[in-house]
Amino acid sequence: MSNKRLTFKKRLHILKHRYRGKKMAPAFNAIHTFLFAPDETTHNGSHIRAADDLKRTMNTVIMALIPVLLFSFFNTGYQHYSAINGFPENFSLMEHFLTWDNFWLGFVQVMPLVIVSYGVGLLIEFIFAVIKGHEVEEGYLVTGMLVPLIVPIDTPLWMLAVSVVFGVIIGKEVFGGTGMNILNPALTIRAFLFFAYPTWMSGDKVWVHGAVDRAGTADAISGETILGYLAQNNASEYSYSVSDMFFGFIPGSVGETSAFLILLGGLFLIFSKIASWRIMVSAVAGALVMGLVFNGVVDAGWIGEGSTFYGLMSFDFWKHLLVGGLAFGIVYMATDPVTGSQTNKGKWIYGFLIGFISVMIRVFNPAYPEGVFLAILLMNVFAPTIDHYVVRGNIRRRMKRLKQATIFPKTTDGKAKELKVETI
Amino acid sequence: MSKDIRIKKGLNINLVGVAEQNTSKAVLSNVYAINLLDFHGIMPKMLVKQGAEVKAGEPLFYSKDKPDMLFTSPVSGELIEIIRGARRKILTIKILADKSQDYMEHSKIKPGADSEEIKSLLLKSGCWPFIRERPYDYVADPAAIPKAIFISAYVTAPLAADLDYTLKGKEEELQAALTALGKLTPGKVHVSVGKGSGSPFSKLENIELHKVSGPHPAGLVGTQINKLDPINKGEVVWTVTPQDLVIIGELLLTGRFNAQRTIALAGSMVKSPKYFTTKIGAEIATFLYASGVKDEKFRVINGDVLTGKKTRPDGYLGFYNNTVSVIPEGDDYEFFGWSKPVFDKLSSTRALTFSWLQPNKKYDLDTNTNGEHRAFVVTGMYEEVFPLDIYPLQLLKACMVKDLDEMEQLGLYEVIPEDFSLTEFICISKQPHQQIIREGLDLLHQEIG
Repeated sequence: MSNKRLTFKKRLHILKHRYRGKKMAPAFNAIHTFLFAPDETTHNGSHIRAADDLKRTMNTVIMALIPVLLFSFFNTGYQHYSAINGFPENFSLMEHFLTWDNFWLGFVQVMPLVIVSYGVGLLIEFIFAVIKGHEVEEGYLVTGMLVPLIVPIDTPLWMLAVSVVFGVIIGKEVFGGTGMNILNPALTIRAFLFFAYPTWMSGDKVWVHGAVDRAGTADAISGETILGYLAQNNASEYSYSVSDMFFGFIPGSVGETSAFLILLGGLFLIFSKIASWRIMVSAVAGALVMGLVFNGVVDAGWIGEGSTFYGLMSFDFWKHLLVGGLAFGIVYMATDPVTGSQTNKGKWIYGFLIGFISVMIRVFNPAYPEGVFLAILLMNVFAPTIDHYVVRGNIRRRMKRLKQATIFPKTTDGKAKELKVETI
Repeated sequence: MSKDIRIKKGLNINLVGVAEQNTSKAVLSNVYAINLLDFHGIMPKMLVKQGAEVKAGEPLFYSKDKPDMLFTSPVSGELIEIIRGARRKILTIKILADKSQDYMEHSKIKPGADSEEIKSLLLKSGCWPFIRERPYDYVADPAAIPKAIFISAYVTAPLAADLDYTLKGKEEELQAALTALGKLTPGKVHVSVGKGSGSPFSKLENIELHKVSGPHPAGLVGTQINKLDPINKGEVVWTVTPQDLVIIGELLLTGRFNAQRTIALAGSMVKSPKYFTTKIGAEIATFLYASGVKDEKFRVINGDVLTGKKTRPDGYLGFYNNTVSVIPEGDDYEFFGWSKPVFDKLSSTRALTFSWLQPNKKYDLDTNTNGEHRAFVVTGMYEEVFPLDIYPLQLLKACMVKDLDEMEQLGLYEVIPEDFSLTEFICISKQPHQQIIREGLDLLHQEIG
């Protein structure tokens, strides 16, 4: 280590002690611990500790989100220019997708969302930490990255800011901060946006940059998603191939489109043991089962082509995982350990129901054909109940064992008096 | 019926500085001390005054609630100091040792002795406190009748003394102690040894021998109890550590309380970690510097690195400890310590931590917490290293919110703080698990008893 850094470290150390006990200490410490892992040592109990802390855990999730964010820059541009000029005939990744124009347009559109999300959210975190006198917790580091990735590209920034304020305060801080919340904060923000500003969150104009501005003019372009087409029984009108869906060259919320990169992120999170593979696997299973049921209903002829639900019900069951926000929700949102089920058995049930209900809502809600955020929020509410019953099983086993307990009465202690020695 | 125990969940923490199997005699300590904090929950009443001459095995104080439970001096000498803390609570009793040791002579125990005779000998000789009780992890209540007695001779804790080595040649004492203890319980005396080890216990009689294998915490007696015969509400189980059995055995055979034991001096800060014979209460400096200590900031721990108590070179060997660990203090900042890849620390995840690449690598861990205290966030991690049939996170939370019903139902009777030492080690939120469990047990004892 250079001399200069040593003095920097020393200076911060002196500052930390100067701030100790002061109102602004949490704000200072948040920046200090960002630069330097603290000099805190153990006292009693385990004298050594493993290398991971919450910052590292959250950082790992952010790393898994970076590819998705980068992809969203390119896709924003690609969708915008394709909507205007028509999709390229012979699609080439380098020529049509990974271009500077695409990247720059996406960068200019997406980065403000990221900045507003982090800026507003972290500001509230800092304010609450200072008011309540606890350290700034790391939960928002992930939430702040998730939020811009799950909103439509042209979401006005003030709208995002208002929702973040609502989501962080009502979704998290009122419960006591990171680790105490019942609902996933990112999805609370998304739900607030959806119910407060529905015209900005649904329809066929919001999913491609520029579509809203051009609506009603001669240059109007469509921003319809695949699910949107399906909900209107217009499956024939879109021209996206399965590979487009898998790699993500389709319109949709900023970061949700690339199932491929989400899959890679999910594998990384499973490998690093940060996110629960149980939730991911069971959620995928749940979605497939529900999709199969709908396909079966169509195959059995119970639903005719004239039905409102025909488009979505007849959609191949496995393609549900490739379109919309389902994959993104399963990998990055359902696996939130705070709001999810906390027992391993519970995670199987919790995940399965998320996948199952997501596809169900998606199919039965033609006005807004996406259900994953509602399904996860719903299951967030039920997670403690699932855990309660799983833990009950353990308790019941213990109670059963109690019946065979061998309890001996205490011996009456006659000897004690004899032995008693004179005291001073 | 003996039963093999195979533990799968757990984590072996391999540290630098395992004691070499080579025993030296420690320099005789001038002053010996009994630390009252070793006897959690005991209210001491002094029996001798400052300045009094005592023999080895002579009572110093007794427990206020159980007046026949005596605590005796490990050496003969002069009681020079009683250190008191807030509200005159006795913290430490110091004895200046004589040059030649006098022992208080007790009558030897005859082979056919009944449980009352054994009990009263153990109580008045000062050997009784070696027996610990579960639930609650206090010194055993002599009035209780345990359903079984458990002894673990399998060591999995990092840097802990190897009992197969330190107990070699002590078969006679061990047998005497085990036979006597067997009379104190209508149940069995369970002894667990490592699978395939040459434990001195393997040939002893009047015991249930179990062979244990698997990573830490397989060697913790709590893990073995949970697998063999879990504790139910109302039941009492006693545990004794093998090195204390030797002292009990010697008392039964010779009538003397001989506080001598072989201890391991281990840890990365010790230049040549090895074993020493010394006595309970001896000053740690009497053997610490003999092995050489590196010239850096270090921490001396009475016990192993997961469950021991912080002490100093001028501290004293604890009543229950057969290991003294010396590891580096980690009171330094690390530039971007939370985000850079980690190669030299142990981790149970793979979040840019690379200990999974070398499962057998020995680490030199310091006392840094590697992060700040947070609320519980991550789930499912503790279960991977916690082999007991208990939900660890839920039990910890029940203790934190002081929900007595939940604490009972989730199995607090079955655990003591050390059972949560490994979950505390891997905890991402850096929560003090052992302290939470200790406080939970104290509350449960106070409210329900």
